[in-house]
Amino acid sequence: MKKVGNHNSNSRKLFLSLALMLTFSLTSFAQDATPAAATEAPVAAQGGDPVKGKELFNSNCAACHKLDAKSTGPALRGIAQKHDMAWIYKWVHNSADLIKSGDAAAVKVFEENNKVPMTAFPALSEGDIDSIIAYTSEVKAEAPAPVPGTAVAGSSDQGGISNSVILGALALVMAMLVVMLFLVNNVLRKVAKANGIEVASKTPTTPIWKAFAKNQFLVLVTSIFLLLASAYFVYGFLMQVGVDQNYEPIQPIHYSHKIHAGDNEINCKYCHSAARVSKNAGIPSLNVCMNCHKNIAEVAESTATPEYSKAFYDEQIQKLYTAVGWDKSTQSYTGKSQPVKWVRIHNLPDFVYFNHSQHVTVAGIECQTCHGPVETYEIQKQFAPLTMGWCINCHRKTDVKMEGNEYYTKIHEELSKKYGVDKLTAAQMGGLECGKCHY
Amino acid sequence: MKRVYKITLLFGITILVASCHNNSAPNYQYFPNMYESVGYETYSESNAFKNGKEGQLPVDGTINRGFVPYEYENTPEGYELAKANLKSPIDSLDRSSDKGQALYEIYCISCHGAAGNGKGKLVEREKFLGVPSYKDRVITEGSVFHVVTYGLNAMGSHANQLSAHERWLVADYVLKLRSQL
Repeated sequence: MKKVGNHNSNSRKLFLSLALMLTFSLTSFAQDATPAAATEAPVAAQGGDPVKGKELFNSNCAACHKLDAKSTGPALRGIAQKHDMAWIYKWVHNSADLIKSGDAAAVKVFEENNKVPMTAFPALSEGDIDSIIAYTSEVKAEAPAPVPGTAVAGSSDQGGISNSVILGALALVMAMLVVMLFLVNNVLRKVAKANGIEVASKTPTTPIWKAFAKNQFLVLVTSIFLLLASAYFVYGFLMQVGVDQNYEPIQPIHYSHKIHAGDNEINCKYCHSAARVSKNAGIPSLNVCMNCHKNIAEVAESTATPEYSKAFYDEQIQKLYTAVGWDKSTQSYTGKSQPVKWVRIHNLPDFVYFNHSQHVTVAGIECQTCHGPVETYEIQKQFAPLTMGWCINCHRKTDVKMEGNEYYTKIHEELSKKYGVDKLTAAQMGGLECGKCHY
Repeated sequence: MKRVYKITLLFGITILVASCHNNSAPNYQYFPNMYESVGYETYSESNAFKNGKEGQLPVDGTINRGFVPYEYENTPEGYELAKANLKSPIDSLDRSSDKGQALYEIYCISCHGAAGNGKGKLVEREKFLGVPSYKDRVITEGSVFHVVTYGLNAMGSHANQLSAHERWLVADYVLKLRSQL
């Protein structure tokens, strides 16, 4: 029984390193996984029917009133117990008159709510108001307590966990295989010894590397190959220095572009309004967030994903409130604000000039051309390499937008005559000149 | 033998280093003093100021270039006055351009809807409720301008996203939509 020792131990090492790699890749996966809290059970459907009331409430009242929380106006659940119906009719039809008439209850309500007058709704009939009151009188569906036995949580979290479990199992199997190889080898050797068979005594031949070293042609070819290969890798390494493509820092508030720009289709320029008119796209100031989030204090159940729970998103909105100094219970600003330390992602070097308004407003380029499919990003990252080659390539390929821009009419005529073309690219307009971006 | 072992080790380390590449940290820079500005960068931290921020609020009473003072107050009375008296300064050229529509489709469409019927994407998805149709409210160009400037009830102020001129363009387009409802 002859055994080639050298070969075997090599493969062993290969296996070992593979197993090692797998183990490490496992831990790195584990770091990436965010602990997802158990998703809350959905609120049970309410009994009772005042469906029409709900409809009316949503289209007429919900701008200022919520059922269970103070908004611009007071919370409306159970309002029928506080006032009689005749009073409510009068109030809804014209609250200003009621206040003017000196009705004590009306004045009290008016003053309790920062003297914000309520829009009069003369168009709502008493029947309509009855339906709305029926809707607001519904008992609040309690968030169902976790009933033992009916497991609700966890089921949606499976996706993230099972992946790492599978990887872990694979790594384990690999490790076991390696150990078994060792053991089998040992046992075989022992069996061989016990049976009196001599185990492979190595015959002294010239080792392969010595044979290789003697062949000068082979050495030459190999060294040339190695030099070229290393040059390739060194070049690749040097070219990525200072390039932050896919840079994805952890931000102080987990803001999801996917929810805002993707699911809710809010225009990029709603928040980044400076991109239209200024050099910088700007970080939206928090008052822009509050334009909506004054009214949206928590996310819907359906917004939660297996990876990020509702509680997680609600916490992010709370962080916004803390930063901007908004008191949810009184619906007013406390005046105690603190800056949010956003981490800047797209950072051009100091020696490059780039102007957003020129690209967004004048050229009419979509934000996505440079920033990628932001509306699908749960976590914002740098899409483009932002290297000079990347800028130049786009300038060479992109035609200048001439329509509705008198500024370009004359120069366009002259230049298109000069180059003999119909449409000018940005490069032909001077988009390759050094001084356009570096000065 | 030993050499093979060393090569394997080196290979393993390379793979490990490569796999540790971290996207949450920026890459190294070559000659960073060419990259990083000596002057203060926008929104950066700086201990030159008391509150440690580069971004400072303008001094009280500062007026930016092109700013036209708006004299109606953010009160219910101011709203009524604006509704009754405020007239748009924009000319017919602006009124016939599609700039107002373009702005409306950025800043208003999410709630008020493309037709101005209060059925925007956010309302459809029940994120934001109670947005009225323009048809159901008595509005004038003055009152629209006033509300876009200061906000009203659940709607916030859009004065820092839209200049006064742009707000007039939007107000004009809102009335155009209202007449089509």
